[in-house]
Amino acid sequence: MSSSGKLRPLAELVRVRLLEFVREPEGMFWVFVFPIGMTLALGFAFRDKAPEPVAVGVTGKAQTSVLREALTRSALLKPQLFSSLPEGRAALRTGKIALLVENGSPIVYWYDPTRPDSRLARFEVDKAVQEAAGRGDAAPVRDELVSEKGSRYIDFLLPGLLGLNLLSTSVWGIGYSIVGARIKKTLKLMTATPMRQSDYLLAQMLSRFVLLALEAAVILAFGMLVFQVPLRGSPAALILLCVICGLSFGGLGLLCGSRVQTLEGVNGLINLILVPMWLFSGVFFSQERFPRAMQPAIEALPLTAANEALRAIMLEGRSLAALPSQLAILAVWGVVSYVVALKIFRWQ
Amino acid sequence: MDGLDLAVRAGECFGLLGPNGAGKTTTIEILEGLNRPDMGQVTVLGRRWGTHERELRERLGVSLQESRFHDKLTVFETLRLFRSFYRGGRDPEEALRDMSLEEKRDARVGKLSGGQRQRLAVACALTGNPEILFLDEPTTGLDPQSRRQLWEHIRAFRVRGGTVLLTTHYMEEAEQLCDRVAIVDHGKIIGEGSPAELIGRLHAPNILEFSSDPAAAPGLVSGIPGAFDPRQRGSHWSVSVSSLAEAVPALLLALDRSGAKLEELSTRRATLEDVFLALTGRELRDE
Repeated sequence: MSSSGKLRPLAELVRVRLLEFVREPEGMFWVFVFPIGMTLALGFAFRDKAPEPVAVGVTGKAQTSVLREALTRSALLKPQLFSSLPEGRAALRTGKIALLVENGSPIVYWYDPTRPDSRLARFEVDKAVQEAAGRGDAAPVRDELVSEKGSRYIDFLLPGLLGLNLLSTSVWGIGYSIVGARIKKTLKLMTATPMRQSDYLLAQMLSRFVLLALEAAVILAFGMLVFQVPLRGSPAALILLCVICGLSFGGLGLLCGSRVQTLEGVNGLINLILVPMWLFSGVFFSQERFPRAMQPAIEALPLTAANEALRAIMLEGRSLAALPSQLAILAVWGVVSYVVALKIFRWQ
Repeated sequence: MDGLDLAVRAGECFGLLGPNGAGKTTTIEILEGLNRPDMGQVTVLGRRWGTHERELRERLGVSLQESRFHDKLTVFETLRLFRSFYRGGRDPEEALRDMSLEEKRDARVGKLSGGQRQRLAVACALTGNPEILFLDEPTTGLDPQSRRQLWEHIRAFRVRGGTVLLTTHYMEEAEQLCDRVAIVDHGKIIGEGSPAELIGRLHAPNILEFSSDPAAAPGLVSGIPGAFDPRQRGSHWSVSVSSLAEAVPALLLALDRSGAKLEELSTRRATLEDVFLALTGRELRDE
């Protein structure tokens, strides 16, 4: 290199930060390998598969085989015979069958109405029984089956995992790096040089962007190639959104690292911030499942806003202009945390 | 710190000398502008920290006690980073050669020995070509050879016209490197001057140490002409005297008269260690 040439402190700080990251194998694992492993595992666990038939029991004194024959015609039922009512009820009680049919007059259905598969079985069995007894369809109907890309669980999950990953790597990456430098007194030593303090914090954010771009690209490429997760909105909008998320989450990282003096301390603080968001911010399931009273608080979390915006762009093809409240929430979190972090930052 | 008043001249090497916890680090960090004094004024190169911080930072080099660099960076990368903070300064390659680190250019900081790490810290402090170099306990924890090697590099900086301000609790380091020292204890300066002046200012700049069988009585020792501050450890005595020529024959005569047999006798010139002892009544422990 031309060592006589002018070295720019901001560029050098970013460069050094990236070198530190690349030489830390654990960091690489959490940023790249972990989210992909998680997407793979969850994607396969919840992949689309043919519905399993429901096991039902048949018992009674006479003509049970005729009744069983009728039930076998339904693709959704898997009937089995029991020689006595107590035997059949024992199977029902232990969950081996969803419903027990006692043949007689009238025919009796034994089932627990709080079990969804039992309710489904009640409906299917009764339909088969009535049809066998001669009931026909009063109105003609036709089934049209739907399995569209973009409405599967993996399509819901991938944007959530992307948001989660951008958040956790930003907060861990920046928080740990700052606290480590504080413990080693490198921060203090740097303040004894003419280095601008804002350059240091800015370098932390900028180096995150380089990693964030790689991270997002790897996760998105993986989801699109392996699971055909769609991108319905414009790629430019998605990139811009990732940048906004990076700024917002980077601010949170600076805030986490701004005063803590020990690694244990920053560990606890980051968990305190991240765990509620893992839970409430709609990563694995929709946040709307939580009680209505909690919704305003959940909506105000940065990860909720990020996930909603990522899903809106990827799955619904919306533009950034259609997401003003999510973008505002992200911006407020980013700006407020950056300003507060600069104010309260402890260099020594 | 309390009522501390000192002046360091351009081009000299000034040492703050004292035991651990005496307030040396607090003092040097106030001068470095890292700590603000509750009261009083600090003027460095004719400037004040409050108004000329950025300019002063360009003109000073600082090495802190126990600050460490990132283990995963190489020596050269670390040096290059610190060089980038300054507007002007030394070429990083040249700075490596100055501190005899060129063989370790591409070694990770985590793999360096204590002495090499300390030289890297000084190299980083020198990379902006400072007028004043601040060193806080530069050789603590180093083996004697690494310590001497670092002293050579500090002397070389002075030959180039630099001013050095250092703290140390090693008397030998202060005597070897410093033109002037200030002895600090409990946050106060209790003595100031060149090492030779401080030693010469002692009542009795020579130390006489002896042991005898049976042990000499306190009255015998205090009867030695010019005797000052006698100390006994078993049959071993240590006493400061103003003139060896008068004291040694008197001691031998007195022992002979008392019927005691002399077992050991040694004399030495007082050191800063003895100055500290005389000023505080306590010993300053190396390590």
